[in-house]
Amino acid sequence: MKTKIRKIVTFVEETHTEMGQPVNPPTRRAAAAAVIENPFAGKFVQDLSELMEIGEELGALLTERAVAALGIPGASAESYGKAAAVGEDGELEHAAAILHPKLGTPIRKVLGKGAALIPSSKKRGGPGVAFDIPLGHKDAAFVRSHFDGMEIRVNDAPRANEILVAIAVTDSGRPLPRVGGLTKDQIKGQDGLR
Amino acid sequence: MPEVTVRKRVVTVEEIFHEGGPVAAMPLRRAASLAVIRNPFSGKYAEEISGFMDDLKPLGLEMAKSLVASLGGDPKIIEGYGKGAIVGQAGELEHGALWHVPGGYAMRELLGNAKAIVASTKKVGGPGTRLDVPITHINASYVRSHFDSMEVGIADAPRADEILLVLVMTTGPRIHARVGGLKASEIKGEDGLR
Repeated sequence: MKTKIRKIVTFVEETHTEMGQPVNPPTRRAAAAAVIENPFAGKFVQDLSELMEIGEELGALLTERAVAALGIPGASAESYGKAAAVGEDGELEHAAAILHPKLGTPIRKVLGKGAALIPSSKKRGGPGVAFDIPLGHKDAAFVRSHFDGMEIRVNDAPRANEILVAIAVTDSGRPLPRVGGLTKDQIKGQDGLR
Repeated sequence: MPEVTVRKRVVTVEEIFHEGGPVAAMPLRRAASLAVIRNPFSGKYAEEISGFMDDLKPLGLEMAKSLVASLGGDPKIIEGYGKGAIVGQAGELEHGALWHVPGGYAMRELLGNAKAIVASTKKVGGPGTRLDVPITHINASYVRSHFDSMEVGIADAPRADEILLVLVMTTGPRIHARVGGLKASEIKGEDGLR
């Protein structure tokens, strides 16, 4: 493996009640995050292809970890998202190189489908920085019940020369969705939007 | 006593490969199980609260079991533990103390009557408050290599009328432990201290 990983952290959240209303079955979401060495920390490098390959490795590894944490087959995942936090000696463009060119294909391979764009966010920050992974339905971006986000943080990362890369996967939408819009049983699943 | 109402549960697993030194043959794993419950005593002073400790026992055991499961299912590999609580702002610190007995004894029982006192900490705080849960060896509190801690928290908890309960387990010493002191191999195992 090309990626130099210091640490992998997984998070699983289950919501059982909200505002006194039972959520049955509980909504569940998982995130898997890797703390990796940034090979380009502290210098400007024009060609970022090494980070793109790192993204390809992490796409498979982190998605597998996230669905395993949920205990579901990949095909049962409903929504997904990705994000990266770059340590202070790196650039936002380093996060972009990991997240955008090659991370998505292995994610979709693990999940079986994934017609929709994978929502993403990125930021630069110090150890413990909180970052919000946007979530959207994996086959139809307009499914309103699945517009969501998951905040994660790892208290000792990213160090200055590191990047924290995270993938989130759910088996459900928000706990008590009631703002209308496209529902998951109306998905056509052809264009990734509806 | 009132029933235990769980709003949300979170499990976090960290897998640590190195921290700048040699990559460990066996990565250190730390896991935290968090439960957000309604605080039945919030907003008023109640003299008699201790009966709630019994009500929390099943939750304690369930959380301890989920930790062992998330670390592979074998209780024998657990070497460190700790516990904590964050009380929402309409409650008092004493409500967090209700967790000592059901949280601590659940882990000790599950781990084969572990001898050491379960290290703990607690505080009152708002949503997103972080807690550094202290960790010590399960059979001898003085084992220096196992003094550790794990930072935990949930972005939307505890709300004012909630308590966030935490249990933590680890599978070994700090990843590059090298400051001497009592070793795990030297434990006498009589008094829970050495």
